[in-house]
Amino acid sequence: MQIFTCPFCGARNETEFHFLAEAGKTRPDTAGEISDAEWARYLYAQRNDKGHVREVWMHKTCGELFILERDSVTMRVLGTTPLRKEAI
Amino acid sequence: MRRYSAFSLFREGLRGGRGWQAAWRSPKPQAGYDVVIIGGGGHGLATAYYLAKNHGITRVAVLEKGWLGGGNTGRNTTAIRSNYFYPESAALYDFSVKLYEGLAKELNYNVMFSQRGMIVTAHSHNEMEMAARQCNAMRLNNIDAELLDADQVRRLEPMLNFRDDARYPIHGGVLQRRAGTARHDAVAWGYARAADALGVDIIQNCEVQGIIKEAGICVGVETSRGPIRAGKVGAAVAGHSSVLAAMAGFDLPIHSYALQAFVSEPIKPIVNGVVLASALGTYVSQSDKGGLVIGGGLDRVPSYGQRGNMPMQEAVLGGLSEMMPALSKVKLLRHWAGIVDVTPDSSPIIGPSGVEGLLINCGWGTGGFKAIPAGGWLFAHHLATGTHHALSRPFDRARFETGYLVDEGGASGIAH
Repeated sequence: MQIFTCPFCGARNETEFHFLAEAGKTRPDTAGEISDAEWARYLYAQRNDKGHVREVWMHKTCGELFILERDSVTMRVLGTTPLRKEAI
Repeated sequence: MRRYSAFSLFREGLRGGRGWQAAWRSPKPQAGYDVVIIGGGGHGLATAYYLAKNHGITRVAVLEKGWLGGGNTGRNTTAIRSNYFYPESAALYDFSVKLYEGLAKELNYNVMFSQRGMIVTAHSHNEMEMAARQCNAMRLNNIDAELLDADQVRRLEPMLNFRDDARYPIHGGVLQRRAGTARHDAVAWGYARAADALGVDIIQNCEVQGIIKEAGICVGVETSRGPIRAGKVGAAVAGHSSVLAAMAGFDLPIHSYALQAFVSEPIKPIVNGVVLASALGTYVSQSDKGGLVIGGGLDRVPSYGQRGNMPMQEAVLGGLSEMMPALSKVKLLRHWAGIVDVTPDSSPIIGPSGVEGLLINCGWGTGGFKAIPAGGWLFAHHLATGTHHALSRPFDRARFETGYLVDEGGASGIAH
């Protein structure tokens, strides 16, 4: 059983976490005209890198989204970063 | 190619096997070919064979970075079936089953295709309704299907869990009698031998490290054994399709996942066909040696690690012991994972990649083995003619732009 670290709750069992998406995609501005190809690329294209990956995950038990960096070959977790900004 | 026959077996038996030849040559790569296929798995080898056989294109090389069939072709659970829902996929996969039916004779190689039938069990009234829907869809597409009640399932697979305390009692199931299993290595080796006999160069231990482009058009590949030029390049690299796409400069709608499989110690015959319990996410068949071949769904996390993670092992094996409680004490012999290329609609991508001169055959996800003959046939058709075969047209990557997806996610009851 692998241990992932939630930036809010600490070290937890991997089954509590859910992979959501690759990090770094930006939704095109749909107020303007966008082509089918551009929209399809946003919806479906994946980097799917072999090696170091940066992804958005959810810790299902606390519901927080965060960035998880890991190695997609060895499955080693390289670090987690919260997406939430510091409260002012 | 010296043909295999009962007589040749007898003769070599008497001569101590001294007359057997290597099944294929191991030539040095030439400077150029009409078509270069990247990936010496089932799909790549079948493509090369049909290029030579159907289209007379024999200046073909298959480049494999490891050994033939060492990727997903050697890592799957060998089930062959065409129990799909949509007409496009039903036509595609049934074409494949039909080619499998004549494959051993066609290749002069025993691929051990055994049509022992496959049952997908249903575990509630609601699932029975979905089973009837599946069964009707298959029949409308001219594929054999039978809706079974619990007694009929029990007659075919008496070892399934029919106990009163079953967590998911069996209400019935869908049977496809023409489904079955084949020997996966033999499929790769049979295609390799037949393609080699037609003049195709099969080059192992030759890793593609780059794509040679001139004016944006793919004209060859850089390999660990030097550059090789090609009229066209066809890639059939399954789980590593995105790695190749990054190398060539196009993008793909693919996530790579580990798909695990398990084989038990050999036991007496206990499972007659292939049985899939959708409620449990586990399926099982028994090899001719007696080992139970067990599979399930994808791992939860995108991955290139060919071993798989423990939560899915627990789910699959827990599912198996609920499915057939008598198997709970059976020991496992081996366990492994293959890296499968999963598209958003769980259907393959065949045809242009986005880079001219480079075509792709990928996205088969967990269902690539059963589709090897069809994938090879249709990919060869596009490489040779420059246009789609009617069966592969719906599977062009353009569907992600037009929105005409062939969403077969639920085809086999588990992520497929």
